[in-house]
Amino acid sequence: MPVPRIELRGVRKAFGGPEVLAGVDLAVMKGESLVIIGGSGTGKSVTLKCILGILKPDAGEILIDGIPAGRIDRRAFLRDFGMLFQGGALFDSLPVWHNVAFRLIHARQPLSRRDAHALAVGKLARVGLGPEVADLFPAELSGGMQKRVGLARAIATDPHVIFFDEPTSGLDPIMAGVINDLIRELVTEMGATAVTITHDMTTVRTVADHVALLHGGVVRWAGPVEAMDACGDPFVDQFIHGRADGPIAAIR
Amino acid sequence: MTAASLLLGLLASIGRSTIGLLAATGRVTLFAADAVSQLVRPPFYWGELGRQLIRIGYFSLPVVGLTTLFTGGALALQIYAGGARFNAETVVPSIVAIGIVRELGPVLGGLMVAGRVASSIAAELGTMRVTEQIDALTTLSTDPMKYLVLPRVLAATLALPVLVGIGDVIGVMGGYLVGVYRLDINGANYIRNTVDFLETMDVVSGLVKAAAFGFILALMGCYHGYHSGRGAQGVGRATTDAVVSASVLILAANYLLTELFF
Ligand SMILES: Nc1ncnc2c1ncn2[C@@H]1O[C@H](COP(=O)(O)OP(=O)(O)OP(=O)(O)O)[C@@H](O)[C@H]1O
Ligand SMILES: [Mg+2]
Repeated sequence: MPVPRIELRGVRKAFGGPEVLAGVDLAVMKGESLVIIGGSGTGKSVTLKCILGILKPDAGEILIDGIPAGRIDRRAFLRDFGMLFQGGALFDSLPVWHNVAFRLIHARQPLSRRDAHALAVGKLARVGLGPEVADLFPAELSGGMQKRVGLARAIATDPHVIFFDEPTSGLDPIMAGVINDLIRELVTEMGATAVTITHDMTTVRTVADHVALLHGGVVRWAGPVEAMDACGDPFVDQFIHGRADGPIAAIR
Repeated sequence: MTAASLLLGLLASIGRSTIGLLAATGRVTLFAADAVSQLVRPPFYWGELGRQLIRIGYFSLPVVGLTTLFTGGALALQIYAGGARFNAETVVPSIVAIGIVRELGPVLGGLMVAGRVASSIAAELGTMRVTEQIDALTTLSTDPMKYLVLPRVLAATLALPVLVGIGDVIGVMGGYLVGVYRLDINGANYIRNTVDFLETMDVVSGLVKAAAFGFILALMGCYHGYHSGRGAQGVGRATTDAVVSASVLILAANYLLTELFF
């Protein structure tokens, strides 16, 4: 059996209070796109941060290519990695182009400013932003534009592992479509391994190979996206159809 | 409550704060060691160092200059009033020089820069922490200790001696202005007495102090900003903590260094 690119086994995490993650099991194969869905505040972003080592899980194992995350060459992993943060996390002291090309400007063999600028403009075009945006500062952009700059930064070096935390939230449906197609393209054409968090069912259907529903600190349901509609799980069902009544309480 | 239980409670709270203080000292020491060790591990962000030198050094010049100018002037008046009326010509210049160069230049300069720089570093890094920019740096293969903390700490350590050196000159000049124009001391004598009296060690000890204060104030700004709590409140707290701890540590370090140079 092939070894998953990323695997979580029984990952637990609490912040002083009740457990946010209470034994999460997940696996993403190489070149596969996993979409994590789940109610707001169920620990989706925390899961990604645990994989990255930004947060330290209280218990459980995280394996990268079958090797415990504590023992991998983290720098080598991060070199081929990109992440879009939920809030964008753009460097507000740097202009947009510098944000997008940050990794290349600060690489061991740095790109010249001119080349970096050109590369940034190219990546911005892929997320539907014109060249005039490149010289603005993040604070001068709308929320949706910031999100797309964050996306451009995440994919600037064509990494093979990419995490997207709500790539389409705050975007109009047309732009959301562009971004969904872009993510799908990265997976299909570049062979990237992607983990995407979303609340947008269109994103799930466009981007996902596999879907995992996080609820109550555990993965409630996981399976191929084709199986999602007919899985019969009341949690998944409620989520797909966005119903207020069901096993997932509306107040939490 | 009985006296015994009161005493026990007091002891417990002393113990608790002692342990807390020790733990904090340990954390800060580790943080400082991590930052300094980045010096010998490439890459080194020269551009960031340059930017911080300008921000911490150059833009602090007016604050430090004005502080020492007025302090030097006030010092001259105080010494004159304090019984030096009869041999003012030798006593005022020498005590102003010693006072400014050995003590007041570095301490007041350090405290003023702490107010200006430790707070802004803490607010900046705190905001970056809260908006996940520090996490984003990590995911972009950039060590935040190397990219954010080291350039700031290094820049402050390098800039403060220069700032204080310039401040010393301005402070002595403040004493000169007051001495010559208010107290009718002969200008040439004032300068000669200052130069004759000051020793190299006076200047060096003051500048070493300044470097130590620069290190302390940038370290406190970075430490509190880096570990900022969540939200605007967390950043506000980090800023206050940075200025308070930097000021107290500067004064404590000043005492220790003065003992050392005495
Ligand atoms: N650094 C932290 N300190 C304390 N609590 C945290 C921290 N990060 C997350 N939490 C808590 O963990 C829970 C899950 O947060 P998380 O950001 O993972 O939610 P999410 O599933 O991504 O939600 P959303 O869909 O709204 O983004 C929340 O209750 C949050 O308050
Ligand atoms: Mg989230």
